[in-house]
Amino acid sequence: MKICLYILVMAVTTYLIRALPLTLLKKPIQNRFIKSFLHYVPVACLTAMTFPAILTATEHMIAGAIGLAVAVVLALRKKSLIVVAVAACAAVFLTEQLIKLL
Amino acid sequence: MLWDPVLTFDIFARLGYDKRCLKDTFLKRDTDMRRKEFLAGMKAGMPVCIGYFSVSFGFGAMAVAQGLAIWQAILISATNLTSAGQFAGLTVIAAGAAMIEMVLTQLVINSRYALMSLAIGQRFGPKVGTGKRLCAAFFNTDEVFALGMSRGKELTTSFFVGAGVVSAIGWTGGTAMGAVAGSLLPQDIRMALGVMLYGMFIAIVVPQAREEKPLLIAVVFALLFSCLFAWAPGLREVSGGLAIVICTVAAAALCAALFPVKDEEDEA
Repeated sequence: MKICLYILVMAVTTYLIRALPLTLLKKPIQNRFIKSFLHYVPVACLTAMTFPAILTATEHMIAGAIGLAVAVVLALRKKSLIVVAVAACAAVFLTEQLIKLL
Repeated sequence: MLWDPVLTFDIFARLGYDKRCLKDTFLKRDTDMRRKEFLAGMKAGMPVCIGYFSVSFGFGAMAVAQGLAIWQAILISATNLTSAGQFAGLTVIAAGAAMIEMVLTQLVINSRYALMSLAIGQRFGPKVGTGKRLCAAFFNTDEVFALGMSRGKELTTSFFVGAGVVSAIGWTGGTAMGAVAGSLLPQDIRMALGVMLYGMFIAIVVPQAREEKPLLIAVVFALLFSCLFAWAPGLREVSGGLAIVICTVAAAALCAALFPVKDEEDEA
């Protein structure tokens, strides 16, 4: 039941973040620092969530590392979201299988 | 000729006709337009729907791997519509952290939506009422926002909500499939699927960081802080959700101070 409470809190918070500026604030944000801050939030946040968590998401750290490397290389080559993600999964799976065999 | 009965009759007939039908025609035109806009939005949202389906598949698989029930995973997606926010929320739930931490995490990670809501609210214009705004707010995701903004001055709430509904269906449907697959597939594959979301984050971050140097520096800062919180003694004790918040705020604030964005640039 506690999980449901978490989900409720999460949904309400997320909704309020979206709804309040849309209904209450009619003027655009002028503050340059806040604008800049919001510009950098997405990449900073995604990065902090991905690393080093990806290393501990797998049974062996090396599998996560190889998945990470594969994803970064493919992303640098501007492959699509799904290609990068599936390739990372495949790399992790193959590495884990290989470790099992050795 | 001073008076033409035929012409007068004609004029009166037209007036009468118009008076009776004016309201209907306008109402009909309004609903027609709204339906048309809604359908146009749904059509524009189809690629987003497909993209979301694959992303949320990863989320569903991961949620189940973290010990959530299938319906709980679906409920999160149906009520939240955020990738990074939901993912971080999962970390908080798995850790059994305090509710305030959930609020904080969502506030920071989804703060960009406040900016997007502001921008989209400006675009709707002052004539659009609060009810429509409250409805549109629910669907304001990165991709639906981008679709709406690309619509220019013609943007209506109907279009926006149309695109949003289709995307939400993709998002929730993908989560359901991922959660079911995650609970059926063998452990090896489940673990590999757990990396899927990270792969998507990498696919989002890396090309942007490559194009824009300040973003690359933000990534480097975030990496450094994140590693500190993972491995440094003392900092290691800070729970996952809170660590993400601190890393994000610190890296974004540092970069905002060092490299403020230009005024004409429309970020987000």
